[in-house]
Amino acid sequence: MKELTLTERLHLDVPLLSGLLVLCGIGLLVLYSAGGQQSSLIWRQGMHMSLALVLMMLVARIPPAQLARLSLWAYLFGIGLLVLVIFFGHSGKGAQRWLDLKLLRFQPSELMKLALPMALAWYFSEKALPPTPVRIIIAFIMIIVPVWLIARQPDLGTALLVATAGLSVLFIAGVSWKFIAGFGLSAALATPVWWYLMHDYQRRRVLTFLNPEQDPLGAGYHIIQSKIAIGSGGLYGKGWLNGTQSQLDFLPERSTDFIFAVFCEEFGLLGVLFLICIYLFIIARGLYISMQAQHTFGRLLGAGIVLTFFVYVFVNMGMVSGQLPVAGVPLPLISYGGTSMVTLMLGFGILMGIQTHRRLLTG
Amino acid sequence: MAQAFTLKDPNWEARLTHGRIYIAAGLMALLTLLLLLGIFYLQVMQHEHFTTLSQHNRVKIEPIAPTRGLIFSSDGVLLAENRPSFRLEVVPELIDDIDATIDKLTQFVRIEEQDIRRFKEQLTRRRRFENIPLRLNLSDAEVARVAVNRHLFPGVDVVAGLSRHYPAGMDLAHTIGYVGRINEQELAALDASNYSATTHMGKLGVEKAYEELLHGQVGYQQVEVNAQGRVIRVLDRTPPKPGKNIHLTLDASLQDLAVQALAGRRGAIVAIAPDTGAVLAMVSSPSYDPNPFVNGIDADSYRQLLASNNAPLLNRTLQGKYPPGSTIKPFIGLAALDDGTREADETSWCQGWYVLKGQAHRYRDWKKEGHGEANLISAIAESCDVYFYKLAHDLGIDRISAALLRFGFGAKTGIDIGGESSGLIPSRTWKQKVYGQAWFPGETLILGIGQGAALTTPLQLASATAALANRGRLMQPRLLAAARDSLNGRPVLQGQDTLNQSVTLMQAQHWDAIIHAMTEAVHGLNGTARRSGADADYQFAGKTGTAQVVAIAQDEEYQEEELAEEHRDHALFIAFAPVETPKIAVAIIVENAGSGSTHAAPIARTLFDHYLKDRTGQETASG
Repeated sequence: MKELTLTERLHLDVPLLSGLLVLCGIGLLVLYSAGGQQSSLIWRQGMHMSLALVLMMLVARIPPAQLARLSLWAYLFGIGLLVLVIFFGHSGKGAQRWLDLKLLRFQPSELMKLALPMALAWYFSEKALPPTPVRIIIAFIMIIVPVWLIARQPDLGTALLVATAGLSVLFIAGVSWKFIAGFGLSAALATPVWWYLMHDYQRRRVLTFLNPEQDPLGAGYHIIQSKIAIGSGGLYGKGWLNGTQSQLDFLPERSTDFIFAVFCEEFGLLGVLFLICIYLFIIARGLYISMQAQHTFGRLLGAGIVLTFFVYVFVNMGMVSGQLPVAGVPLPLISYGGTSMVTLMLGFGILMGIQTHRRLLTG
Repeated sequence: MAQAFTLKDPNWEARLTHGRIYIAAGLMALLTLLLLLGIFYLQVMQHEHFTTLSQHNRVKIEPIAPTRGLIFSSDGVLLAENRPSFRLEVVPELIDDIDATIDKLTQFVRIEEQDIRRFKEQLTRRRRFENIPLRLNLSDAEVARVAVNRHLFPGVDVVAGLSRHYPAGMDLAHTIGYVGRINEQELAALDASNYSATTHMGKLGVEKAYEELLHGQVGYQQVEVNAQGRVIRVLDRTPPKPGKNIHLTLDASLQDLAVQALAGRRGAIVAIAPDTGAVLAMVSSPSYDPNPFVNGIDADSYRQLLASNNAPLLNRTLQGKYPPGSTIKPFIGLAALDDGTREADETSWCQGWYVLKGQAHRYRDWKKEGHGEANLISAIAESCDVYFYKLAHDLGIDRISAALLRFGFGAKTGIDIGGESSGLIPSRTWKQKVYGQAWFPGETLILGIGQGAALTTPLQLASATAALANRGRLMQPRLLAAARDSLNGRPVLQGQDTLNQSVTLMQAQHWDAIIHAMTEAVHGLNGTARRSGADADYQFAGKTGTAQVVAIAQDEEYQEEELAEEHRDHALFIAFAPVETPKIAVAIIVENAGSGSTHAAPIARTLFDHYLKDRTGQETASG
């Protein structure tokens, strides 16, 4: 038997890890500029990253088969916590999404980003693919329950991502095109209902998205300033720490949801192309790992995680550049914040587990 | 049918999922391309447009704090004002070594550790070119010293602003309260945009209760900044809307008089207009100066206030819990009349003590030799304890506590500044719950003279007395007379008369009996407060109380001189005036002063004389 390398023993996938580390590096660089050059902010984000990487390595050690057995329980646990949030949750900024565990504050909706695709992947891999109509309907219910619980917090951004995670698994599992067409059609028909159910601030966001100029001092201010930042960045950008929009305080939420605008302003279109290449590399590697997976569970889960990651990036960049409504989705691994960082890295840990345990089995 | 027999075919499944992954990859590539096109459009096609916008993007929006509303008494005395004040501000980017600069500044101005801590906190949060306050509320001398030495401190500036000041100082600290710096928890609960320029908020009393009205609405100004972000000029201004002025029901001159009456003593005075519930005076003594709290009291002074045995921070009017003593008697007497337990002229013999059947314990009267023959009227006027022992025994605990609850004892009055205690009216269920014991008959007796577990706040006593004066209408006490627009003086909110509850009797003439008894206490030959009622131009009704603080053993006598001061009796007096058309009701408590008739009742007379002087012209002439 051949000697295992260090990364093999640690269950790490080198290409994926490299991509993630490059991204984290870029993240700290941009954050330093966006956060008004505070070293304390960088320090804290560094701590988030270290914690997330350690958790990623821990998750990577779990064999996919064991993960499959845990899936349903993780899902039910997550639903339980979401219900708890309704009764015991802490609210901030008009939404109730946190559970206070004394030591740390925790968003159960984040757990759902992984628990839902896990549970669906397990559910579909139990029986032959493609799933029967009955199983598809059950899967839909499994998606709708957490999405509804999260949307009513209200946290539309996370609800969207959790829904994406679930629908991705459904799509990869081979749901027939008739179903997909039907779903698309009913979603379109349901739009007025959604409008009715939305909170005021969410409606305002949609309206502002459609016409930012109508509210230049309020919600539209974000988008206008963000577009100015991106547009004035041009091909080459204004250079690191030289973005006037961000450095002079015109750009709101520039360390968190709108950090991409800072990046665009300072590094220009060339920088954007480079950044997107890194993201695409990570996505491509993730899809490759999913396709190499030996079991349906791994394939479904891996692809689900990767697709969700893509939607994350796409929605954030789309909203910051004014092409999508402002949905409160951070830019993965770049925006400041610990919670999404941890969830994302856990997802990549699962992917690495799928990859490295396969190799061990065949080797 | 067919599906039931579908077998898992790994290869086929792999092909299916791989196919879907390829489709997804294609989709993602397409979306990425669209996204890039959008960004390309912004960054290349519209680059010039946005560059121009970015260069002209010199307009920033800054919030302007509204001016806080003023607080007035009903006789127009200013109780809370905004004074021009000077603060020391620092622009971090203009200073090389901030610590050294602060060090050097301490030669000219006092800078506390907490000033530095607050400054450092803001230093990490604000931009380098923004002003950060280092010291608030500079004295004139400090302003002058900094001004003279300004050349030594580039980047340090003295800036003018407004600071809250309470001219009445100690006299109204408990009632008006004070504003203080907004802390992080408070910030989280506030409307962030409306408070974006505000540094202080109401922390206590009227300032806290009417924060929303006093604060006002934030304003904005659009300012043009240069390429470094410095303000060049103001382009447009939406002025802030100043807060509303609050006019209180308090009568400043009456308050003054009440403060003087309690000077150097521990105690409380509450005066209420019976028909409206308007609070006319509210004194808790000793008090403290609220002004140092506005910009942060230094730790030593605060520790001193906390540690003082006289508890100056305690608002005795709302939170002081006192045994009501004999002031409870009119309320219990009324209950006995109302349910027929006693007739007003029904007499019984007082020999100076009372025993329960089968018990050796003597429940003593304050008058050792006894009052002789007493009826309800004389028992209240002369405060006969034995009469009320018997009466309480006949009524029983259940009817007594129910009767007291009707007058609002044992419950919060709901005064608009909040922060009150509910006091305590004992009952069988209370005893069972707290002590796990049955109620003893002896406890009923001592409750009959307002001792034992019963505790009332001065506000409750005043409010209940007002209800007696009002013949049963228990009004909710309030301090708000009106809130007025500070620009045009138009009222935006009027204080509402709110009926808390109504005590209705079987026979309305029982009110007359009790009020007559209380009038006898003041103007009768043997009335306990007769010295306070002597030669008054008007008649008033009252009841003295002398509440025991420590139990006196069976064979001992109460010797004031031999007791430690804090063990001496509390002096109490409740009263309203004039008897025919009550305009003012008071409750007075002087802690550890001794008897109510000598130490509390004279204060009521002083307050009444002053308050009624201008208000009862005709009565003065005829009486």
